[in-house]
Amino acid sequence: MSSSDEGLRDTGLDSVRLHDWLSRTWDHKRGLVGWFSTVDHKVIGRRYIITALFFLALGGLAAAIMRLQLARPENTIVGPDLYNQLFSMHGTTMMFLFAVPVMEAFAIYLVPLMVGTRAIAFPRLNAFSYYVFLMGGLMMWIAFAFNTGAEAGWFSYVPLAGPEFSPGKRTDFWAQMITFTEVAALSVAVVVIVTVFKQRAPGMTLNRIPLFVWSELVTSFVVLFAMPAVMMASTMLILDRLVGTHFFNPAEGGDALLWQHLFWFFGHPEVYIIFLPATGMVSAILPAFTRCPVFGYTAIVLSLIATGFLAFGLWVHHMFVAGLPQLGSSFFTASSMVIAIPSGIQIFCWIATLWLGSPVYRTPLLFVLGFIVIFVLGGLTGVMAAAVPIDAQIHDSYFIVAHFHYVLVGGAVFPLVGAIYYWYPKATGRMMSERLGRWHFALAFITFNAAFFPMHILGLAGMPRRVYTYPAEAGWSAMNLVVSLASLAFAFSFVLLAWNMMRSLRHGTPAGPNPWTAGTLEWATPSPPPPYNFARIPVIDNVEPLWRGNGSPAGEVSGLRVDARELLVTTLTEAMPDLREPSPADSIWPLLAAVAVGATFFGSIFTPWAVIWGLGPVAVTLIGWFWPKGAPEDE
Amino acid sequence: MPDRPDLDLSHLPTAGFGSRSAITWGTYGFILLEATGFALAIGAYFYLQSRSSEWPLGVIPPDLEPGTILTLAMLASLVPNHFIKAFARNHRVQAVRLGLVLMSVVGVALLVIRALEFAVLNVRWDTNAYGSIIWLLLALHTLHLLTDVADTIVLTALIFTRHGHKKRRLGDVEDNGVYWDFVVWSWLPIYAVIYWVPRW
Ligand code: HEM
Ligand SMILES: [Cu+2]
Repeated sequence: MSSSDEGLRDTGLDSVRLHDWLSRTWDHKRGLVGWFSTVDHKVIGRRYIITALFFLALGGLAAAIMRLQLARPENTIVGPDLYNQLFSMHGTTMMFLFAVPVMEAFAIYLVPLMVGTRAIAFPRLNAFSYYVFLMGGLMMWIAFAFNTGAEAGWFSYVPLAGPEFSPGKRTDFWAQMITFTEVAALSVAVVVIVTVFKQRAPGMTLNRIPLFVWSELVTSFVVLFAMPAVMMASTMLILDRLVGTHFFNPAEGGDALLWQHLFWFFGHPEVYIIFLPATGMVSAILPAFTRCPVFGYTAIVLSLIATGFLAFGLWVHHMFVAGLPQLGSSFFTASSMVIAIPSGIQIFCWIATLWLGSPVYRTPLLFVLGFIVIFVLGGLTGVMAAAVPIDAQIHDSYFIVAHFHYVLVGGAVFPLVGAIYYWYPKATGRMMSERLGRWHFALAFITFNAAFFPMHILGLAGMPRRVYTYPAEAGWSAMNLVVSLASLAFAFSFVLLAWNMMRSLRHGTPAGPNPWTAGTLEWATPSPPPPYNFARIPVIDNVEPLWRGNGSPAGEVSGLRVDARELLVTTLTEAMPDLREPSPADSIWPLLAAVAVGATFFGSIFTPWAVIWGLGPVAVTLIGWFWPKGAPEDE
Repeated sequence: MPDRPDLDLSHLPTAGFGSRSAITWGTYGFILLEATGFALAIGAYFYLQSRSSEWPLGVIPPDLEPGTILTLAMLASLVPNHFIKAFARNHRVQAVRLGLVLMSVVGVALLVIRALEFAVLNVRWDTNAYGSIIWLLLALHTLHLLTDVADTIVLTALIFTRHGHKKRRLGDVEDNGVYWDFVVWSWLPIYAVIYWVPRW
């Protein structure tokens, strides 16, 4: 029943006709419907990234207002109620709407290009996930505009977040936003895993997968096991709040610690969900600027995998002061320290790469260096906090605020910004300004440390986190003023970034396909890449396929269809060519399905019946999505 | 670029079954994450149990009959499900059609039994934490049951159209069968927890 004689093939087409055919087949339609129907991973990835950066700006704004309030003792810019919402919105936004989505978004954009395929696996699911994410984020911020923002912190501990202490709809919006973003994150995880497993270019055996792709693969598995925990937790929470269940109500046999267990079963891996892709970015940027493959490829891959596993052994360390049995505590202290080992190995490999190579200090590399410095500091304070006696001392103080910003901003945002400078030319076809980039780096590095280092001292001096003000007699005033001024300057450094991104869109120097003469496959295609990614699928024999003498991969594939979307499916470990599978055409249904799902979640905040009413529209849109429409890809 | 070797793949088939195809891996991915969800819910059950001195918290355990009948029926459904997957692989469209009709009917019947199960839990979700968690477990599984039954019905309709002969659609049939296996096997631990743990 093979249909190998069907369809027009690329064999023998010259490059002009090949381009014409592939563009016609893969490009999305113009106009509004076309805009909402596209399933191109580059378009969706770009939207994801921009949306996540938009949420970064909102979260940053909330932080700026908090720091304005704390700049002076007994300040009255915001009161305690609004302050609660501000830190909750800030933390929630940064974790759920910025950091995790932006890391996944980079995978959406880059992984198909880096493994050498034409499209992401399940492109409609991918588009669906974007719309669900967007709706969840907007919903929470619009609710905030109506004074219904999250108020119980980014981890919404019960009983504080329960029906008794958080009446009204504020925490319901928080809980449903979790559901939205986790549906989105889980979908992307599946999409990325299958893309890496089954769509790698011929020859890309497991030990030739780019390290960035490895990091996103491991991350996706962590997502798969971690995110269900927080969905379960937020579902129980909303049920307790809306239909009177008692999961967390001790009076009726429930238990508040159940929340903490479920939340941290997700929450600790969460840090690695953010951090692992960032390490992948570092491993991608380093070879390009040292002209030397990353030292210790295998060691780094094993470290990534080990980190992925260990991430789950650690959730309890967030609950030391909750009074766990002694033995348990010691075990978790030990494993908290053990996880420093794979991170240490990675850092060692990076430093060795810098040592062995001949580094060219362009902006992306500067941010990587900044990351290494900041992250080492953050790691040190982390190991300190992992020791139970010390944790008891600094728990819930500003020391912790300092620590996790060193880890999160240093460990994720610095590499991310480096990655933006690095891949921007690929996505837009133009270079960002190097001059402005250097200023940006200098400003960001100095002001970050000026803003967050003094927080350690404030914490040791006794300043608690999550307070909306403090008395002048406490003696924290000068330090807080420094922190606030530096925070604002740090926030301003992002304005430089935004300006550079927008300006370079028109005025940047044209980049060409491979401006950094990097070695991985995304640089083998024009910038920005055409809708079909590669005119011919490359064949590779090396982990840096473009570093062979003539700067192009070892070979290329022919025999694929050009008049219908077709992908090359390869085997799991050896990446041997196996099938030519169709890839779904554009469709408006993922958007409609996302709207139906979103309306259902939204409605459920107000009445449990929404779940029943929602079943119909959700079913209809899903059928519309999957029912074949007679496109050649459906055959 | 004449000096680059050319790998001619025009002979490759355009559809494959099982782990050769991308769709199946997607199904595995979702099964994995949903299994994690079930495991966590079961973990929450035992956690709550460990935190209370009596269990099931002053109410009687659920009646056994509907749940047990459902369990046996689900196990029995594995047999036709197995054959449908094999028919799909061997491209026996007519047999697949009949099998799917059967599975649709079975699925609807199972949903009816499931509704009865809710009626004999002997506790409400808002009575106490024990009630909350067993309602959650049962509802969670029902969501999966409902999804797969709906999917089976739609697929049945699809297979009766001209698309039924397409190898890709038969691949969909196989994946739907894989998912059904998961719905059945994941039920067994939940069944044990809901019906037998409180009788221990
Ligand atoms: C512009 C840069 C940033 C500034 C000035 C800033 C500042 C702050 C401040 C003042 C707090 C509240 C402290 C308190 O009163 O307890 C806070 C909390 C927090 N921040 Fe940031 N932050 C920034 C960026 C980030 C980023 C990029 C992330 C994550 C990727 C992040 C994650 C968090 C989290 C999780 C909390 C805890 C919220 C809670 O207590 O529930 N922040 N930040
Ligand atoms: Cu942790």
